Amino acid sequence: MTDVTKLTAAELGRKLAAKELSAVEVATAHLDRIDAVEGKVHAFLHVDRDGALKAAKDVDDARAKGETTGPLAGVPIAVKDVITTKGVPTTAGSKILEGWRPPYDATIMTRMREAGLVMLGKTNMDEFAMGSSTEYSAYGPTYNPWDTTRIPGGSGGGSAAAVAAYEAPLAIGTDTGGSIRQPAAVTGTVGAKPTYGGTSRYGLVAFSSSLDTPGPCARTVEDAALLHAIIGGHDPRDSTSIPQPVPDVVAAARLGATGDLSGVRLGLVKEFAGDGAEPGVAAAYRESVDALVKLGAEVVEVSCPSFKFALPAYYLIAPSECSSNLARFDGVRFGLRSGDDGKHSLEEVMQLTREEGFGAEVKRRIILGTYALSAGYYDAYYGQAQKVRTLISRDFAQAFEKADVLVAPTTPFVAFPLGSRTSDPYQMYLADLYTIPSNLYGGPAISVPAGLSEGLPVGLQIMAPTMADDRMYRVAAALESALPPLTPPAL
Amino acid sequence: MATISREEVAHLARLARLAVTDDELDTFAGQLDVILQAVAQVGEVAAVDVPPTSHSVPLTNVFRDDVVVPGLTRDEALSGAPDAEDNRFRVPRILDEEA
Repeated sequence: MTDVTKLTAAELGRKLAAKELSAVEVATAHLDRIDAVEGKVHAFLHVDRDGALKAAKDVDDARAKGETTGPLAGVPIAVKDVITTKGVPTTAGSKILEGWRPPYDATIMTRMREAGLVMLGKTNMDEFAMGSSTEYSAYGPTYNPWDTTRIPGGSGGGSAAAVAAYEAPLAIGTDTGGSIRQPAAVTGTVGAKPTYGGTSRYGLVAFSSSLDTPGPCARTVEDAALLHAIIGGHDPRDSTSIPQPVPDVVAAARLGATGDLSGVRLGLVKEFAGDGAEPGVAAAYRESVDALVKLGAEVVEVSCPSFKFALPAYYLIAPSECSSNLARFDGVRFGLRSGDDGKHSLEEVMQLTREEGFGAEVKRRIILGTYALSAGYYDAYYGQAQKVRTLISRDFAQAFEKADVLVAPTTPFVAFPLGSRTSDPYQMYLADLYTIPSNLYGGPAISVPAGLSEGLPVGLQIMAPTMADDRMYRVAAALESALPPLTPPAL
Repeated sequence: MATISREEVAHLARLARLAVTDDELDTFAGQLDVILQAVAQVGEVAAVDVPPTSHSVPLTNVFRDDVVVPGLTRDEALSGAPDAEDNRFRVPRILDEEA
């Protein structure tokens, strides 16, 4: 008998359409898998069994009536807990939102429901998406299915682990500095950050508004593309949403899967060619570039001298925006309230609420952002970081004159042991070294499995120009077709 | 250069409405010093004539048609409130008794 949880989303979609499987059967199989492995993985903060089974039955009923359904109707999905889900708890990994049930759906949730995707539950994450290991979740860490003593990446470690552990074929992540791609890399899965503005932020609990981008997590490139096509596109409720259709990422993934990259110019970023990466990561990177060349890709070296300032610029821009965005958590309209005993003033209640509700990393970033934006420091820190952002975008523009896509490792190191970087925040920040430039520029980037280093997954990152998301899917699918699939050990 | 003192961290925490503890101040001051020294690298970039980028999508004045659409009901808006009274968000007293 086929194990339903091992099927890809595309395969599930076909079997559902052919009525070889019912959506209720598919949802049940994944819910049972969650029951079986969650004790070891802890990918979920909330499992919505009843909601999932009801949504699945609705899809089956619609199909029985002969209604037209999309390619992923009845396919289960896990959703990062930073996306609002009407009536379903949404915490963003924070105590300050414990028990909050949003009164509305995010736009991407609405689109997924309309497409018949069945939400299984909400996944664990670093608090407010600030972190690279999921250890900064207020609800305990997620464990990497490849080695449960190691981190699953972050901030979207729950989504990546759920997909890697066959708890869900698809998941939603959000990527501000690498929170989709780095977890994908260290769990041997696929994660795509769409073009900024290509997927709606309406209903995404804001961290850094000029960078936050929702996107797909999956086990195959085609599955990621299918989900990207459903959630992408203009949304009038997000004023930074780009009023253009998303490129045909599904067709691009299928083209890439034919294994022909002739005519594709691959830009190797000189500054990222292994600098700062572990030897095993650098080796996997070189081997995956060789594999792409064998498929016909042409290699050009490009230089992006400002990329080395991306990490410092990001850790000024993102905390600055977060210090402003998180001002809304004041204990008045939603979430936690502390110290409201008649003895404390409103301001004291706000201070006590935020002190109790936020974890250490969130407080550090709020304080850092408050500093960077304060009079006397603004020009030297935030202002200068914004100029660096311009230079990074210029580097990309010049590189894309010579190359169709840029490639680099996704992250400098494989999954590290839990607890090994939490006491030194800057060591944690280094996990984002290679992913941040695309966030500052706004262009799309994807992480695709690129082999193993010492038994742990490595990711190759493919970066493309703004609104050319299709290019990265083509190259990613080609690499996927050339390398043996990665399968984690049994849990 | 020393970047940030414990007193500065305490001041910033007050500005950000965070009632941080003494222990947190000790930890954060050291950690923020490390972080600030690292991010101060942005100052090495010669960028006098470079315009700042606040946003990667150059959109300004995004308009839509002025069409009425349903919003949250009052009950929905109040549904997540820590405390509500008479269909309003209830907060601690803001003004003194005599005000």
